[in-house]
Amino acid sequence: MVPLSYYLILSAVIFTIGVLGVLIRRNLIVLLMSIELMLNAVNLTFIAFSRFLGSTGGQVMVFFVMAVAAAEAVIGLAIIIAVFRHRQTLDPQAMQLLKW
Amino acid sequence: MTGSEILFFILAGLLAIAALLVVFQRNVVHCAMALVAALFLIAILFLTLQAPMVGVLQILVYAGAIMVLFLFVIMFLNPTTLEARHGLWRRFGAIMALLLAGALVAVTTNDNPPADPVAATELFGSPEALAQSLFTEFVLPFEIASVLLLVAMVGAVVLGKRER
Amino acid sequence: MIIDIAIVTAKACLVLFMILNLAGVLGWIERKGSALIQDRIGANRASVFGFAGLGLVNTLIADPLKFLTKEDFIPPGGDKFLHTLAPCMALFPALVTFAVIPFGDVLVLGERVINLQVANINIGILYVFAFASLGVYGIVIGAWASNNKFSLLGAVRGSAQMISYEVAMGLSVIGVLMAYGTLELQEIARSQGALIADLLPESWNVARLAVGWLPAWGIFLQPLAFLLFFVAAVAETKRVPFDLPEAESEIVAGYHVEYSGGKFLMFFAGEFAEIVTASALITTLFFGGWQVPYLQREGFYFPWGGSWLLPHLAVVLLQVGAFTLKVIFFCWLQILLRWTVPRFRYDQVMRLGWKMLMPLALVNVLITALVIFYFQGTS
Repeated sequence: MVPLSYYLILSAVIFTIGVLGVLIRRNLIVLLMSIELMLNAVNLTFIAFSRFLGSTGGQVMVFFVMAVAAAEAVIGLAIIIAVFRHRQTLDPQAMQLLKW
Repeated sequence: MTGSEILFFILAGLLAIAALLVVFQRNVVHCAMALVAALFLIAILFLTLQAPMVGVLQILVYAGAIMVLFLFVIMFLNPTTLEARHGLWRRFGAIMALLLAGALVAVTTNDNPPADPVAATELFGSPEALAQSLFTEFVLPFEIASVLLLVAMVGAVVLGKRER
Repeated sequence: MIIDIAIVTAKACLVLFMILNLAGVLGWIERKGSALIQDRIGANRASVFGFAGLGLVNTLIADPLKFLTKEDFIPPGGDKFLHTLAPCMALFPALVTFAVIPFGDVLVLGERVINLQVANINIGILYVFAFASLGVYGIVIGAWASNNKFSLLGAVRGSAQMISYEVAMGLSVIGVLMAYGTLELQEIARSQGALIADLLPESWNVARLAVGWLPAWGIFLQPLAFLLFFVAAVAETKRVPFDLPEAESEIVAGYHVEYSGGKFLMFFAGEFAEIVTASALITTLFFGGWQVPYLQREGFYFPWGGSWLLPHLAVVLLQVGAFTLKVIFFCWLQILLRWTVPRFRYDQVMRLGWKMLMPLALVNVLITALVIFYFQGTS
């Protein structure tokens, strides 16, 4: 039986890789994908704890996290499309001023 | 090394490689495919953790729908220009991420011995157990989540419309 | 332990053998069948020493050789890695979904009871839907890697069509799941062995006489769901009348126009394997799967009182044979459908999926819920 700490360390590593992606990539879509990676790392933590404590609450939580992540990805991509139409670029540095 | 540990290390290694590919690939479509692979591997990990329903939902929703949406948007926007590198922020970001990793690992491997897993009944993680929980204890969040999805749909349609 | 692994491996090999062979044979049946429908002779050039072997030469030797020896090129400007990955992603879901489809009841060897299904997981049919939703990647990545505007057009149409009809497919199956009360396909197939008389209340004598002798197959309990699922499954496999993504006369084979040789064989085999999987699903959910009417594990038990006991091996062979025959019937039906009806226009496809199939599926769920509530209230 794989100990719980293995899953937690794996989840921490994936979360960190997601954070790295958000910090160093200059492409809005890859940014959103790194956020999805972070959400999935958290899902893994929830499921691992749900298994080791024997409660279904963790799985229900993951269910809701997936629903919210779907909604957030949809809105995020819609915003990216709307911004791209004006700026013609996906570089976050080009969108740091509020004025057009 | 039991079979389940070997399986875990294989899956963990592949997952780490896929996550690194997501972050470090130059071509956005390659990043998206690497993320699909990562989601698939996470779904397999869910299956090994006695959560078959959530694992299958992960493939159905995340890998089968959300990532298709990502691919659509990537093909629609067609980002062919390579992004510029900004040296200072890259090193700073990497250091911050390593510090975060250190902090998280330190928190999760404390001195308390890891709890033995509670023996799972056959129903654990099955659709019956999840449905039982979802429709009795968590029925209010369930209904609110459906309203949330409706709001997201309406919002996406409004945001995506071309200005006339 | 080793024997368990060996048994599962044997079942998986058997299932793969059956799908891939059937996919190959279907390719030839399509050519000959379409020829018969269109009043022409069809493929008759391939023969070994003048012996054409009823199409076996074509299927086993000529077609595979033709595909595998063609030049394999990657279009200039196309993505090398993705161009090779896309056919694999198209073939993978078609083969893997068969793992949960039961092709027989149980095989008793000594004291070992083998369930004739590769994997008996408690989520059953959701596994099929999960991997069917991965089928979109094959077309999307294939078209993107081809660097071709016509491919992209076909892929956009195809993926929009596939995700729309996934919704209708899932919703139409909910009625069946409510009627049988389980997600596992082997349990659904087993529940269809009962007679309708067992489901009706005791006092309904006329109804029990009129229809009670029918087995409780999905087609009798959920006829609307069968129609919706059949249409949605044909649309998922991108067959005519829904084959606008790969329309031969419009956009020249759509998303797989830049593929030839072995890669095209994978797309081609993937499409026919999807036909086999869709037929197997329709059989399992609506036509009793491996059930032969009135055949239980010991033999035939007729509703008018007679019985005919059979040895176990005969029962197993009858059941597996029944499953195979039903699957072949639905494959043939889909091929017949292809050469009979014209192609839908793209807006008609979308309108059918969203404005007709989905509301009807929801109505079906409502009616099923009301009927179940009524029967539970009276019994």
